Amino acid sequence: MHHTLVALVEDKPGVLNRVASLFRRRNFNIESLTVGRTAEPGVSRMTIVIDSDQASAERVTAYLYKLVNVIQVEDLGSVPAVARDLALIKVAVGGHDRAALLRVVDETRAHIVDTGEQTITLEITGEPPHVDAVISRLEPLGIIEMVRTGQVAMRRGDTALSAAQYV
Amino acid sequence: MPKRTGAQIIWECLVHEGVHTVFGYPGGAILPAYDAMLDYPIRHVLVRHEQGATHMADGFARAGGGVGVAVATSGPGATNMVTGIATAMMDSSPIVCITGQVPGKLIGYDAFQETDITGITLPITKHSYLVTRVEDIMPAIKEAFHLAKSGRPGPVLVDITKDAQQASTEWAWDPAGVTLRGYRPNRPVTRADIAAAADLIRQARRPVILAGQGVIQSGATRDLLALAERIDAPIAMTLLGLGGVPASHPLNLGMMGMHGEAWVNHAIQEADLLLAFGMRFDDRVTGNAKTYAPHARKIHVDIDPSEINKNVRADAAIVGDLRETLEDLLEGLEAADHAEWIAYIHSMKGDAAVRDIQKLPDNGHLYAAHVINDIWRLTGGNAVVVTDVGQHQMWEAQYYHHETPRSLLTSGGLGTMGFALPAAIGAKMARPEAEVWAVVGDGGFQMTQAELATAAQEGVKVNVAIINNGYLGMVRQWQEFFYERRYAATPLRSPDFVKLAEAHGLEGYRVETRAHVSDIVERARAADGTVIIDFRVEQEDSVYPMVPAGADLHAMIRRPEPSVLAETGADPI
Repeated sequence: MHHTLVALVEDKPGVLNRVASLFRRRNFNIESLTVGRTAEPGVSRMTIVIDSDQASAERVTAYLYKLVNVIQVEDLGSVPAVARDLALIKVAVGGHDRAALLRVVDETRAHIVDTGEQTITLEITGEPPHVDAVISRLEPLGIIEMVRTGQVAMRRGDTALSAAQYV
Repeated sequence: MPKRTGAQIIWECLVHEGVHTVFGYPGGAILPAYDAMLDYPIRHVLVRHEQGATHMADGFARAGGGVGVAVATSGPGATNMVTGIATAMMDSSPIVCITGQVPGKLIGYDAFQETDITGITLPITKHSYLVTRVEDIMPAIKEAFHLAKSGRPGPVLVDITKDAQQASTEWAWDPAGVTLRGYRPNRPVTRADIAAAADLIRQARRPVILAGQGVIQSGATRDLLALAERIDAPIAMTLLGLGGVPASHPLNLGMMGMHGEAWVNHAIQEADLLLAFGMRFDDRVTGNAKTYAPHARKIHVDIDPSEINKNVRADAAIVGDLRETLEDLLEGLEAADHAEWIAYIHSMKGDAAVRDIQKLPDNGHLYAAHVINDIWRLTGGNAVVVTDVGQHQMWEAQYYHHETPRSLLTSGGLGTMGFALPAAIGAKMARPEAEVWAVVGDGGFQMTQAELATAAQEGVKVNVAIINNGYLGMVRQWQEFFYERRYAATPLRSPDFVKLAEAHGLEGYRVETRAHVSDIVERARAADGTVIIDFRVEQEDSVYPMVPAGADLHAMIRRPEPSVLAETGADPI
């Protein structure tokens, strides 16, 4: 079962290493990990997707809090959340494949972001299962390069995760 | 503001943190700090290996209750600290390690004696710092001390580049306290948590308190005894908890776990409530976690939230300082009576007392248990005993009866052979008035025996009892029990320890019969300097009882009958 954790961390050297090392040391497998800035300078936000059950997710949360640079952790496995993944996919297009590809683009909210002589590069953003679905439709056409950002996620509704209460 | 070099700031900060003794070894990248040290009121103990420095700092912290400090240079100086840092991490011991690092502009270029020590120690430190600017030295050291001693204590490493030590800045001590955004070690205990725990306590008919090192670290002995007496609950001790409750207290059952007494483990297995206070349900304590205390609900009190539900699921959990928690619990609890339950536990002792090796008549063989029990008797139970790891460690735990906190220092979590001698030196420096004994095996002693030279140079007096059985005894025991007596790499030939003592200008004695134990122990106690006693004990004796690793806690290998022992003088299992 996939579990999504969000951690607000101090933007200091080595913090990513500390977090990644924790998962390795405690024998958890990271499916994806993204890091980026937040609205507050000096605070970064990590979205970590792991393959684990609820009890393990609780343990990881407790271990994350042991890291001095980790300010706050939210487990999005138990609350309604918006999740997004972005993929860039370079597809080889021969003559008749082009029409099939454009059909996929039409039907899946993908965008063409670059075209070459032999290839078209698509961008697709959405819930991770949606991105999975688009990829499986493109596979028969011949994916020659792909990158996914990994998931970012945020709780739905008015509740906000902020480090402001811990100064 | 006056100008200070980074090197000076290091010592200014240490002095402000109350440090007067450090354990270390100089080298290129830490030389500026060593040069500045001469101008500060610091006693520096020159070790023979940096591992010794970390164990000394650890022993200093455990015995004295403060923070121990170890200093080393970059590269091999720093990597030699790794075992000591891991030891302190596993046993939650507050030490600060200060290492020199190559100049900042050389980091990443594989410079001479460069090593990524913050990277290497990442998983075995509570936190670490790589300091490359002189301005960052004071905040790093202040935070390091704050982190090391607060919450669940642990080792913190501060790696400081040589150029940061050499640079100057305008500097003044900042007396403000440390606040860290992501570090909130002392959570207030909630009323609801206390009430839930109190409810379980009221319902209990067969309660057992499990007392760990948290009792000692939070100074909770008095409150724990008050609670135990109020609710009439017997107390089982972890290895690191020994001393947290007086061994002579009628409610103290003794040690639990792999080499705990049988009745203690049976009491846990039959209990209907476990009150786990400052302990972490280590696998050496639980045996097979699936069959552990199957009838018991569990109350778990720990300062580290990540310990809750880690090894054993808790029915009620309280995260916070143990002493405060016990005070809160005491407020709402009425007196209870579990005399029947306690009498039942004592009835389980059965013939265990008879099998006790102490009851054996002197048959000419020298047993480790005799030696340790005699040391206990002759020191009045008042010594600080520092043990290494192995059979002698377990015999010490069984036969030296600790009455006061911080009177047993031992490497429990990591199980570090070589811990005892340097940790004993550190302990003696923290508590010069205390009588300090290092109880070691012939194997572990040889891992760090170089620190004898440190003891001699510093004029530190510790008594070293080598329980010498000519084997790596605990491994031999496992080979005997589980590997058909195939003694692979466990027979051990040692140097002449008496001559070794003399080579260091120290006193050394050899004891081969029980009749001579008292005389030599008293001679060691009376001597001014460090004394080494080579106790030639029974070679193939084993530690009983024993729960094999991973077995059910009640599935113990018991001590053989005394008649058999007396006849053969050997271990007849």
